[in-house]
Amino acid sequence: MQYSSQAVAKPYFIAAIGLFTGQVLFGLIMGLQYIIGDFLFPAIPFNVARMVHTNLLIVWLLFGFMGAAYYMIPEETETELYSPKLALLMFWIFLVAGAATILGYLLVPYATLAQMTGNDILETMGREFLEQPLLTKIGIVVVALAFLFNLSMTMLKGRKTSIAIVLMLGLWGLAIFFLFSFYNPHNPVLDKYFWWWVVHLWVEGVWELILGSLLAFVLIKVTGVDREVIEKWLYVIITLTLVTGIIGTGHHYFWIGTPEYWQWWGSVFSALEPIPFFAMTVFAFNMVNRRRREHPNKAATLWALGTGVMSFLGAGVWGFLHTLAPVNYYTHGTQITAAHGHMAFYGAYAMVVLCIISYAMPILRGRAANSEKSQVLEMWAFWLMTVAMVFITLFLTAAGILQVWLQRYSATPIPFMAAQDQLTIFYWLREGSGVMFLIGLLVYIASFFVGGEPRKAAA
Amino acid sequence: MSGTFTKSMARNIFFGGTVFFALLFLALTFDSLQTLPKRDNRANLTPAVTAGKKVWEVNNCIGCHTLLGEGAYFAPELGNVYKRRGPEFIKAWIQAQPTGAPGRRQMPNFHLTEQQLNDLVEFLKYMSEINTANWPPNIEG
Repeated sequence: MQYSSQAVAKPYFIAAIGLFTGQVLFGLIMGLQYIIGDFLFPAIPFNVARMVHTNLLIVWLLFGFMGAAYYMIPEETETELYSPKLALLMFWIFLVAGAATILGYLLVPYATLAQMTGNDILETMGREFLEQPLLTKIGIVVVALAFLFNLSMTMLKGRKTSIAIVLMLGLWGLAIFFLFSFYNPHNPVLDKYFWWWVVHLWVEGVWELILGSLLAFVLIKVTGVDREVIEKWLYVIITLTLVTGIIGTGHHYFWIGTPEYWQWWGSVFSALEPIPFFAMTVFAFNMVNRRRREHPNKAATLWALGTGVMSFLGAGVWGFLHTLAPVNYYTHGTQITAAHGHMAFYGAYAMVVLCIISYAMPILRGRAANSEKSQVLEMWAFWLMTVAMVFITLFLTAAGILQVWLQRYSATPIPFMAAQDQLTIFYWLREGSGVMFLIGLLVYIASFFVGGEPRKAAA
Repeated sequence: MSGTFTKSMARNIFFGGTVFFALLFLALTFDSLQTLPKRDNRANLTPAVTAGKKVWEVNNCIGCHTLLGEGAYFAPELGNVYKRRGPEFIKAWIQAQPTGAPGRRQMPNFHLTEQQLNDLVEFLKYMSEINTANWPPNIEG
């Protein structure tokens, strides 16, 4: 590690992996509830499990992004972090607030939680992914502001690389668009319209800037390719991202009461959204092929290539699959959406965080790369989790197609629950794939505890 | 990429392109907000509907159901449930939960008052009267 203050990234990465494990466990609970409807009822109703599953996802990715930024910014700016103490303080505040929120979901009925935490003062709860109590939302803003202050002050006193600028743009965007979570108009159409300004402009907008800059950083390190080349690619990719993704928000405005011209704007621009992901895949492979050094960390390179491919498949291909308005008319809000959501989040965001952890964690632990044995185990984990996610996506897609046919498309549509009963086989297969994913995750965690002689940097 | 296309050109295209499309998005948003009153049923946005929306939110209904296709995919679409089932059925159904049928998906009992039930029904009625460009394809949602 070049700068001692980079060490603050370590607890962030550890917390991210811990919360990721929690997310997967709750995913398995929900997967089983899809088949055995009364599993764990009334102790953990489905809506509670889902809230825990999705909120843990968001929180662990945020921990991952923050850890990544604390690791990258000192190295990019060539100066110590403005305040490592503030970074550690924010870590504990965020962790405690996050844990308290999850416990609140699990232990208190949601309506009671809303009442206890001031939802009557400002009603923000009970909207998908933004279920957090007001206090937690304010906590997120405070932590984000302290985090951005810390990093921006570091930027001001150091070198300003394109990778650092893009990362900071993404992180500032993340914080700014989160402010729309405090806006909950009584008019449900307006509520939905601006709800997407958090959700879509995060995952199909500013988060992709974070994704791009993390990937570019790791590629520079593991390939030794000239920074000018990599940063030029980065700008091209994020240009494509925002040029398609901003108006691409329109693919959520087809059926929620918004004007019908969105069917055109949304279809055309979101049909172009796979292009930046494709460019990212080409970019990653290209840079690795043109590498000027053999970095001893093979696992990090694998994650870098993997996130390119899987984000293209999950976000790009599976997004395109149901983004055209005439298709979406039938698939909107079915298991097709769930299939896309799973592979896109894993491919684009989970994998890029695991990529930066894979690269940075050995260095934070005082070695260029982990031992051969540890890396082999980590690569096994990569394949187990990635193949499992491909299967989860395929089985949910199959379930979705059948659901669309039975409930929406056939000449004699049947009710929702009657259709669900016909999908059970696919839900079992999905749950099996989920168990495989968990095994992969456990192997991944085990790889941190495997010793052996660390691999040295090649001459 | 060739040497003629430099990083600073890429950066300028990024900032220019982003600003242009962000402004276009804002313009489309502005136009949408002008058009919405004709489509979003706001003439019927009564205090009961607003109260019903709050009942919907603080019981995390979106954690299982979809509403105009958005939400979780575990339980039926409710944007058009008012038309599918009618007000009395909806109230009776909510009060009868959970069914306790072995192996079936269970909905908790939220212990709603008569007032809250009525407000929730008003909210669901409101949702069913939004102009959604004919979505969902049929009454099953």
